[in-house]
Formats: sequence, structure tokens, C-alpha cells
Amino acid sequence: MANFVSLDNLLRPTSADAMREALKSSGCSSSSSCGSSAGAADLPPEVWNRIKDHPCYSEEAHHYFARMHVAVAPACNIQCHYCNRKYDCANESRPGVVSEKLTPEQALRKVVTVANDVPQLSVLGIAGPGDACYDWKKTKETFSLVSKQIPDIKLCISTNGLALPDHVDELVDMNVDHVTITINMIDPEVGARIYPWIFYKNRRFIGLEASRILHQRQMQGLDMLTARGILTKINSVMIPGINDQHLGAVNAEVKKRGAFLHNIMPLISDPVHGTHFGLTGQRGPKHSELKALQDACAGGANLMRHCRQCRADAVGLLGEDRGQEFTMDQLPDEISYDPSKREAYRAVVARERNDHVAAKQDARLTLGTADSDACIIVAIATKGGGRVNQHFGHAKEFQVYEASPAGVAFIGHRKVDDAYCQGGFGEDATLDSVIRTLEGIDIVLCSKIGDCPKQQLESAGIRVSDEWAYEYIESAISAHYAREYVAAAQALRA
Amino acid sequence: MAYKIDDALCTVCGACEFECPNAAISMKRSIYVIDAVKCTECKGHFETQQCVTVCPMPGTCVPA
Repeated sequence: MANFVSLDNLLRPTSADAMREALKSSGCSSSSSCGSSAGAADLPPEVWNRIKDHPCYSEEAHHYFARMHVAVAPACNIQCHYCNRKYDCANESRPGVVSEKLTPEQALRKVVTVANDVPQLSVLGIAGPGDACYDWKKTKETFSLVSKQIPDIKLCISTNGLALPDHVDELVDMNVDHVTITINMIDPEVGARIYPWIFYKNRRFIGLEASRILHQRQMQGLDMLTARGILTKINSVMIPGINDQHLGAVNAEVKKRGAFLHNIMPLISDPVHGTHFGLTGQRGPKHSELKALQDACAGGANLMRHCRQCRADAVGLLGEDRGQEFTMDQLPDEISYDPSKREAYRAVVARERNDHVAAKQDARLTLGTADSDACIIVAIATKGGGRVNQHFGHAKEFQVYEASPAGVAFIGHRKVDDAYCQGGFGEDATLDSVIRTLEGIDIVLCSKIGDCPKQQLESAGIRVSDEWAYEYIESAISAHYAREYVAAAQALRA
Repeated sequence: MAYKIDDALCTVCGACEFECPNAAISMKRSIYVIDAVKCTECKGHFETQQCVTVCPMPGTCVPA
């Protein structure tokens, strides 16, 4: 259980100090970010108000708010070469674990149970495991049942776009404010290598014709959403040799058509998933290839660098999945919604966020005065809350930041296969793999680290510090940077 | 003349259920089955059998 603040605290009056104490003891488990890094200062207020509680659309929000997906929409109207329907979409799923399909009534029961238990919950998404717009009756019924009980929950869907134009007006009527369309191409020649067929107007289309129709429907859907002011995120799967050279053009096109965010994700093509790409040896991109493409696309639509490709039945903060705690067999037969915990939590978060914004501004000022052009890459062990608050050995992934006089910028995450410390004992083999994962990192900041792993990291050229334990990430990085580079520059001048 | 669903291959996505023009497909004990009495193989409705056309798993919807 990884509650951001213990629930007991929420039932009592809280202060920002109490909140900080709570953060030290039990951070949120969101160990990666997802969404635009733009904050309150960078966006028009009406847009900020719409994304500030959505963990996928706002990098800042993900520290505080959780999403859940309900797998009510298993039917799909297209076939992608990176998907094998037997195992859900491999690109948005944990391998080998099939989403538990729910009826709309079961989904309601699950959402209410989670809302009563996870006060961070702010978003309900339907992301399949098929297509939410194609399996429309179940999507619509689920949203309507849930929003009657929990009117303030944000509704969000993910779709391939083929059936989207048919339902845009209903989405508006239901107050669905966030829509994700997966767009892998704007050129049907490229599409023909990704989509073997589509089902449209009671027929199966193949080859170029299929991709031409899909492309036309995706663009039509995006234009309709833009015209209605719905925030649109575009997901693209980066497939080396197929659309990697093409996604820059996709980025320009979707930005032109008003997409709010563009999320370029790496192809997952492990042969065990049984996908066409997996079985034919199509490789996914390397870390460096993905980052190069994302860098080349920066300046287009806001770029999302930190999607977790989460499951169609994920529950919790991004970077954690508590879905297995809320399977159907664990849900009560009857349950009624109790809004008190979510309301109390929101009040606390509103205060904590102001503190965090101030800390980020201080960090920017500190770095702005640095008389050095050094650019360092910093890996952070965090349980969330925007703080350096995780033990090195417990980290399942590290958030990666770039620090320079221009500021502190989130650039992605590095996933660790197994946390180093298991059951209190460090494993040497695991440490080697953690060190490989951290290649290119200058310094790791964490809340605590043992002497032995610290020495091994340092002999691999990676420094580690637990000096800034529990500070905000930006404060910790700027303090470290200032000491290393500002002081050094001053010493040189002296 | 009717079609049937091979439940060993079926992913239980349910697309065939709502594409069937005869409402011949329904869930029975967590698997989908085609009612042979209602199934017309889509004759008079569509050129191809809708369950076969929409099914993501080749060979799942086959002549009974």
C-alpha cells in the first residue's frame, strides 16, 4: 500500500508541515512522470485548470493524482502489427497478464471501491483493451453510471480514431475532456506496414486502402475534437525502419491540427507477446534513438517524454499499478461512494502544490545565477510527491533530470529490472544491472544508500548523494549544482 | 447453414456480438456462442459473414 498521505491524517485537520512529515514517511509511488511539463505559469489558466489534476496530461499533477482504467471495451476494429489480441495490446500492457474484462456495472463497483480507498483518484480512463470508441455502448454506459455517482471524476478515453468521428458529439455531451488518439502515420504507405486490416462499414479493408481510410478518420476526429475544445493527446509508437523517420511529419501535422500533447512511445516487440512484429524480428528503438526523435520533435506539440504505456486495467499513481488489489473477486458486492477522503486529500494537495511551485522557482533562480555552462544528468530515486524520498535499493526506476543554468528539466525515466535491495540484502548481480541502467548519469540523488553499493557506483563513474534526502527534486538538484559549479567558478575567479 | 465459434481461439472480445445482424451471438457461461437457428451466414445483409470479418483471431468463426 503506497498512500501519499496516511488516511488517518486526512481525517484530521492538516497543515503543510504535517503534510511534509507525512511525505517523509510514505511518499506516493508514482516513480515516473507522464504528461506535459508545462505548469501553471506556462499555460492559459483555463487550460491549466483542466489538466492540473490529470496525471497523464500534466507532469506536475502526476506527483499527486492517480488514474484508473477499466477494461470494459475489449472489442477492436483494427489490427495492428504490434498487437496480439490474445494478450491485449502488448504496447500498453504487462506481458502475459490479460486485463480482467468488466461489464459497465462491474466497472462502476470497481471505480467506487477505488475512489473510497485511493483518495488520489482523479481520472477514470477507458483504454480498451480493444477500442473505446468502437466498443462504444459499453464505454458510454460505464461513463454514465460512474459520473452519476462521482460527478467530479475526470473522464478520458483512448482510441485508434477509426470510430471516433461518430461519437465526438456524445463525448462532448458526457463531459469527456481528454481524448487520446494513437496515430502512427499520416502517410498510408507507412500505414500499410503497420496495419494489416481495418473493419469499417461492415467490411474488412486491407493494405493501402485500409490505411487511407484510417488516416482520413483520424484527422477528421482530431479536427472535430479541436473544434470542440477537447484536449487531445496523440500517442505514436516508434517503429525503427518503419515510421521512425516519419514521426517528425506526424508531429508537425497533429500540432497544426491542434493536438495538445504528443507522446512518442517505443515499440515493445518481445516475441513472447506473439505479435507480428515480435515474431518477425522487428526491433524496438534504443533509449538514445527514442530521445533523439523526441528532441527532434520538441517545439512541436507539447512533448510527453514519460508515458508508462500502462495497462487497460491499471489503478493508481503513474509508475505504480495497484490493479491486482482491485480484481473483481476482491470487490464488495454492494458499495456506496464516500467522497470525504478524496475531498480532504484535494484540500491538502492544493496547499502542498503551492509550496512545490515556490521551491521550483527558487531552483530556477539559483541555477540562473550559476556562472558555468555545465550540463549534468541527474537520476532521482523518488516515491513521488516531487521529492528525493526513496532509498537507492528500493528504486524500481529513476527519474532523470537535466540541470544547467537554463534550469532543471525532466527528461525521462530509467526502469530497473529488479530493485537492488530485496528483503534487506543487496544482490551483486542486480547492482551490475542497475549500474548499466544508469549509464550516462552523472549523479544519483536518493534518500539513503549503503556504503558498499555507493562505492561500486562510484568506481563505475556514477556519484551518489543522500545529502538532499526529502527535499523537492528541483531544490535538491539546484543545491547540488550550485555547490559544484557556482562555488567552483567563484573559486576560479578568486 | 450456420457458423460457430471455436472457443479455444476466441478472445471473448465481443465484437461479433454487436456486429451480428441477426442477434444470433450471445454470451453463455463466459464464452460466446452462435445460435444456429438465428444465423443466416449474413445472407441478405452483407457480402461477408460479419463475425468472420471482424474477428481478430483467424479461424475462430467457422462454418458449423
